[in-house]
Amino acid sequence: MEMRKIFSQEVEKLMQTNDKICVISADMAGAHDNFWIQDKYPDRAFNIGVCEGNMASVAGGMSAYGMVPFIYTFSSFSGRRMLDQIAISICHPKLNVKIVGSDPGISATILGATHSALDDIGALRSIANLVIFEAVDERQLRQAIPQIAAYDGAVYVRVIRKEAEDIFDDDYKFDLFKADVIREGTDVTLMATGIMVAEALRAVEILKEEGISAELVNVHTIKPIDEETVLASLKKTGCGVTCENHNILGGLHSAVSDVVTEKYPVPLKAIGVHDRFSEVGPLDYLKKLFKLTAEDIAEAAREAVKSKS
Amino acid sequence: MKREEVLELQEFCKETRRLTVKQIASLGLGHIGGALSMVELLAVLYNKCMNVDPKNPYMEGRDRLVLSKGHCGPGLYTVLAQKGFYPIEELYTLNKPGTILPSHVDMLKTPGIDMSTGSLGQGLSCAAGMAKASKIVGDNAYIYAIVGDGECQEGQIWEAAMTASQFCLDNLITFVDVNKAQCDGWVDEIVSMNHMKDRWESFGFFAQEIDGHDVEQIYEAIERAKETKGVPSVILLNTVKGKGIPMFESMAPKNHHIPITKEMEAQALAELG
Repeated sequence: MEMRKIFSQEVEKLMQTNDKICVISADMAGAHDNFWIQDKYPDRAFNIGVCEGNMASVAGGMSAYGMVPFIYTFSSFSGRRMLDQIAISICHPKLNVKIVGSDPGISATILGATHSALDDIGALRSIANLVIFEAVDERQLRQAIPQIAAYDGAVYVRVIRKEAEDIFDDDYKFDLFKADVIREGTDVTLMATGIMVAEALRAVEILKEEGISAELVNVHTIKPIDEETVLASLKKTGCGVTCENHNILGGLHSAVSDVVTEKYPVPLKAIGVHDRFSEVGPLDYLKKLFKLTAEDIAEAAREAVKSKS
Repeated sequence: MKREEVLELQEFCKETRRLTVKQIASLGLGHIGGALSMVELLAVLYNKCMNVDPKNPYMEGRDRLVLSKGHCGPGLYTVLAQKGFYPIEELYTLNKPGTILPSHVDMLKTPGIDMSTGSLGQGLSCAAGMAKASKIVGDNAYIYAIVGDGECQEGQIWEAAMTASQFCLDNLITFVDVNKAQCDGWVDEIVSMNHMKDRWESFGFFAQEIDGHDVEQIYEAIERAKETKGVPSVILLNTVKGKGIPMFESMAPKNHHIPITKEMEAQALAELG
């Protein structure tokens, strides 16, 4: 099922029992499958028009009044267009707003550079009092939404709109503040978020055939990063590769580097977009263009392993 | 309004000005001009209009004020102290380490402050969000917002105005403190906000233009705004930046954020009488 539909279903479920939850769209209700919620809850679910910054501040005001607004736009606008409002109207007063940014990075495909957020995590990560979470698949997202709603504070949710590859099984137990070790290994740690988890999982298999044992950690919450899990894995393997659908500046690689540099320096390779704007094109083309494929991850892992000696 | 009520409010305003000068002088510099231009408005709101309880500043269903021109906090801090939200002595901790009264208003630090502001243009959107939330909850509260005329140069003010109008937020009463000066000089000479009433009316507001230093006019305008259903209200206050103290008035437009020495404080208090 499309991630946007999972999102709307889960939020609507919460709205049935929690009359504080609101859904605000900035002319993106269709894109986020929110029209039916607007029909069902005309007071609490509404369209505010094309004014993302205003939406963030309105949501801040509603939260100051006790509401729990989910505000929706493309991730390109969450990071850039709403930056000041997220900082001053939401995070500085520690308000309880859930900021949903869809179509992150190259998942914006044919919308191209203007709509491909490769900078949203980088922009938002330096704002205090903000949790940053990137969803991987349906099972994770379904468990994440109630936890995000229950958390008393601002959360930025980075999520693709379309269907995601299944990564987790029915036994999966999600914790918003705990990274998930998806595959255990001993030679190298692959740390991945969002759509890069599926690529990293394929890289694990490629490396396995070569006799390299890779551990895969889904760092779904980039801020606050689960230092304990990341460091435990790196202490075991001695090197790592970060895999993200974002500029390597300011995103997961920077977040992991912050921890590693201070607490346990090990060789760390970066898979991600190397300080460029995106281009138009289908997802597979863009993955190849920016070297975000499983083979690229495997190659970075080989280099990381070599650099240990 | 009865004559004695007017006199009482005028006396309250005089005390607000005296304490605001002393407050800013205790630090040695501050945003005096815009703090003094909104004194009559605050006096009317907190003495005649707002349903608030200083002993229970987070009371549910209370009326709320968003000071969108958040740098004018010292004026509001004085009124909150006068009303008993905290002791008057707190005023002299303004902007000092550990204070509950920071330069720009902070809802987490100061009892009686309903929204943190400081980045101009955002507060009116927050107030619109509160007014929308009040409608959802159905508590019949009023949300008041104070914006500056220079602040109206921010595009977000007009985005907020569209929101207020679209959602028929008749429980939102916005005041524009038209003191005609901004940080760098006269508003008219920087980017004019002329035809202000027309601008708000064209956004769907019930707009009134009054003398912002006349407590009776302010009270009556608020009453008319409350009686006007289905559309948001704006009250344009024709004010003087630095009002009430000739020394500060004569410095306009360069009285936005100024040093206040002990000598200036003494002169200002003498001028206030």
